[in-house]
Amino acid sequence: MTVRLEVDGRAVEVPDGATVAAAVALVSPVFGRSSRGAPRAPLCGMGVCFECRLTIDGVPGRRACIEPARAGMQVRTHE
Amino acid sequence: MRTFDLIVVGAGIVGAACTDAAAAEGLRVAVIEPEAVGGGATAAAMGHLVALDDDPADLALARYSLGLWEQLRHEPVAEFHRCGTLWLARTAEDLAAVGRKAQRLRRAGVDVEEVGARDLYRLEPALAPGLHGGLRVPGEAVVYAPNVARFLVERARSRGAELYAGRRAVALAHGTVVLDDGTRLAGPALIATGCALSELLPMLPLRPRKGHLVITARHPGFIGHQLLEVGYGASAHHAAAASVAFNVQPRPSGQLLIGSSREFGSPSREVSLPMLRRMLARAFEYLPGLAALQALRAWTGFRPTSCDGRPYLGCLPGRAGLWVAAGHEGLGITTALGSARLLVDLILGRPCAVDPAPYAPARVMT
Repeated sequence: MTVRLEVDGRAVEVPDGATVAAAVALVSPVFGRSSRGAPRAPLCGMGVCFECRLTIDGVPGRRACIEPARAGMQVRTHE
Repeated sequence: MRTFDLIVVGAGIVGAACTDAAAAEGLRVAVIEPEAVGGGATAAAMGHLVALDDDPADLALARYSLGLWEQLRHEPVAEFHRCGTLWLARTAEDLAAVGRKAQRLRRAGVDVEEVGARDLYRLEPALAPGLHGGLRVPGEAVVYAPNVARFLVERARSRGAELYAGRRAVALAHGTVVLDDGTRLAGPALIATGCALSELLPMLPLRPRKGHLVITARHPGFIGHQLLEVGYGASAHHAAAASVAFNVQPRPSGQLLIGSSREFGSPSREVSLPMLRRMLARAFEYLPGLAALQALRAWTGFRPTSCDGRPYLGCLPGRAGLWVAAGHEGLGITTALGSARLLVDLILGRPCAVDPAPYAPARVMT
């Protein structure tokens, strides 16, 4: 089983049970930017470091690494 | 054995500032730091440059030091951000306290503006309704203190100072400082080891006072000033076992730094959830919108607290060539530069810009 979602408008397909972080990593190495513009991406992979935050279905600040990918999700990196 | 004009023990913000000030005078300086430069209380602190008016001696030193901080405002690593301080009054009694604070700060030459309730909400719309007014201190600022400590040590090294990184001073004996690898350095010593002061100078009472801080994700524009309740100073000086006071800072990144708590007798570094809850509840009373924001991290730190709230700055009576700069409690970032200049003037036998008598370690050694 797979789920289809959109990352920055691009369709991505991941296995059921994968995280949003896994889906984003398929299309973009950069999840967000620090206040100085440095690229950011998941570090801890367990919801602690907050480096993977992005916008899911219009809600900013969601942690991609602990969010299961769901069909139809609209994900926006802060790239 | 290597000989120095001054051996600074400890490279927190205070030791780093002393190292820098001494090297700038052309002294041959060694600085000893077992951990990261600026990695202790300096890194845990908020980095608010603020004049507290509760004690005239504190205020004089803070004023002097704030003037010296202006010389670092253009150094990018300092992240100097002149957000100003806004003291808040929640009751009529608080408002009277604001008036007294304004008077004391003005008398000391600090530029302040009393702010009525209406103007308060124009300045800071996120504040809870019903506040009575406040006091704005527009010249005050925030910095990123651990960067400044590193900057000061590096500047001193560029003038010939030597950093003994990863080394711990374990004893003071016969005009020498003994390191944990057996190295001995000869020369006058200046002890600036903050909460570890008792290891080398057990005759100076010092207690660690734990504090909690929380940092949020970026929410630019949520507040503009560093906001504190006007009772903050009273809370800071109160000797109660545990207290919280409202103190929130806008970081230049758009993040918010939320304090404050004070606890004696809690040696564990662990974040205490009950204390965190109490501290945040206090913050939400003043800034209800905070509750909807995302916190990223919470941590603790320990303020080096002297027995009377004033730092120990000066020589140790009866111990030629032994100096101390420690015990700044929660004001060490603000007063580090002034403390360092004071110490170097004392060491060189020059007149000081601020009367050193209230800080003399001899006061607690009778």
